[in-house]
Amino acid sequence: MNRIINDPDNVVEDALVGLTAAHADLLARTSHNRVIRAVAVPQQGRVGIVTGGGSGHEPAFVGFVGPGLVDAVAIGEVFASPTARAFEAAFKAADGGRGVACLYGNYAGDNMNVKMAVRLAEREGLTVKTVVANDDAASAPVDQRSKRRGVAGEVFMWKAAAALAAEGADLDAVIAVAQKAIDNTRSVGIGLSACTIPAAGKPNFIIKDGEMEVGIGHHGEPGIAVMPTKPAKDMAALMLDTIVPDLPFERGDEVAVLVSGLGATPVMELYILYGHVVEILASHGITIRHRFIGNYFTSLEMMGASITVTRLDAELDRLIAAPAHSIGLTVTGAQ
Amino acid sequence: MADSVDLKAAGPILDDMVTAIVAHAAYLSELDGATGDGDHGVNMSKGFRMTGQKLAASPQSLGDGFATLAETLLDEIGGSMGPLYGSFFLDMSTFLKGKTSLDRDDFGRMLHKGIAAVTDLGEAKPGDKSLVDVLAPASAAFDAAAARGETFAACLTALETAADAGFESTRDMVAKIGRASRLGERSRGFHDAGAASCRLLLRALAEGLKQRL
Repeated sequence: MNRIINDPDNVVEDALVGLTAAHADLLARTSHNRVIRAVAVPQQGRVGIVTGGGSGHEPAFVGFVGPGLVDAVAIGEVFASPTARAFEAAFKAADGGRGVACLYGNYAGDNMNVKMAVRLAEREGLTVKTVVANDDAASAPVDQRSKRRGVAGEVFMWKAAAALAAEGADLDAVIAVAQKAIDNTRSVGIGLSACTIPAAGKPNFIIKDGEMEVGIGHHGEPGIAVMPTKPAKDMAALMLDTIVPDLPFERGDEVAVLVSGLGATPVMELYILYGHVVEILASHGITIRHRFIGNYFTSLEMMGASITVTRLDAELDRLIAAPAHSIGLTVTGAQ
Repeated sequence: MADSVDLKAAGPILDDMVTAIVAHAAYLSELDGATGDGDHGVNMSKGFRMTGQKLAASPQSLGDGFATLAETLLDEIGGSMGPLYGSFFLDMSTFLKGKTSLDRDDFGRMLHKGIAAVTDLGEAKPGDKSLVDVLAPASAAFDAAAARGETFAACLTALETAADAGFESTRDMVAKIGRASRLGERSRGFHDAGAASCRLLLRALAEGLKQRL
């Protein structure tokens, strides 16, 4: 392990020091050392948007805190859920008096800590409603969608919900649009190499050189197939062959696409992949209205990429296009 | 022999529970490492040790001690075990609120509250290979002994015996919940780490109460 760290047990704390020093214009610390809020939060009269999850997925989750996006985030250890108390503190930090939408991914620890945190918050008179992202099409069959993991599709869920909250919508409407966004989103990832949790010091799974794992989760959870590494155009075809029939996406659909690196794949290769995504979606008669290519939802130094596609209606189209500013995603809104 | 325990006098039982977890930290992590990520003992002992420090600074009744333990687990542990044990002890402390003593029937009710919190949150059923495989039979054995009219102490002994058997039963189960469930058949042959810590905690609690009856 050859890394820019101090104590492997303190990587999260040490990263937060640099992160908040670098982005003081966007991020503020709170009374909880594992909760970061946007500087202009809470805003009275606006629904608060909260997310959270393990560290190691940077820029997710903290990198999506900012105007037009997430208001407060609970930060866990590397690949481990934040505590219930951290989620609760994030709810309080984001609460502007109209309730809080907690939009997070479908993992056992996160589910339990959020559920517990909602209970703790309710004891103090705070209303929190939740939407659980389950966009990873490779993690369970479509008839078992409730078991699917949440991955990079969370970005579109946060974006749409936060934009609607910024328009002044109430909590139920914000929750409904977050649910609509994730219901219309499918993702799949391909892993090309494993990653090492600093405190563990060795990889917790193995991907052999020359092989790729299709449908891998962003903590290395197994996917649907291990096969010899293929050219980029075949990877794109494999991934979209999973995504397109699953929703299903149909001829005439308009979509937003997000291609995210998993941490160690050069952005150049993400653009190679995106070129084929454009071509394949066009062949299905699907129009790309918004596209984001870069590192949005990573897994430490894992090589590989994920593709996320969201079917748009007029509302989602407007909300994805609305202005937002954060470390991980900035939309100027000027078109 | 009294048929109830003074809750204030029972406060130090928390210290026994802390000791049980801290002393077995390596064992719990070893069990977890067989099917999970091997941090159960580390996380649990961190939370329990911190609770022990708080209680040493200001001793509390059993109910308030449960609340302090719950808060510490919820604050410090995260993952799955923080909220599971946190809600277990939180709801038991809520049940004890306002009470000064604990008798047999109230102990049974208190345990039901704690177990309901765990199953509501974690959604584990008996047989899934989790701490519920200790909690459910232990509580059922306690209830059965109480229904036979046995003393509080005898009921606690029944609970301990059933907790031991419940823990043993997890060895041959295939995990259906938690991280180990991804291993399928490979999870068979190992005791569940959560069941192990749960058995340690129930035993410390039962022994402590029996000593104070």
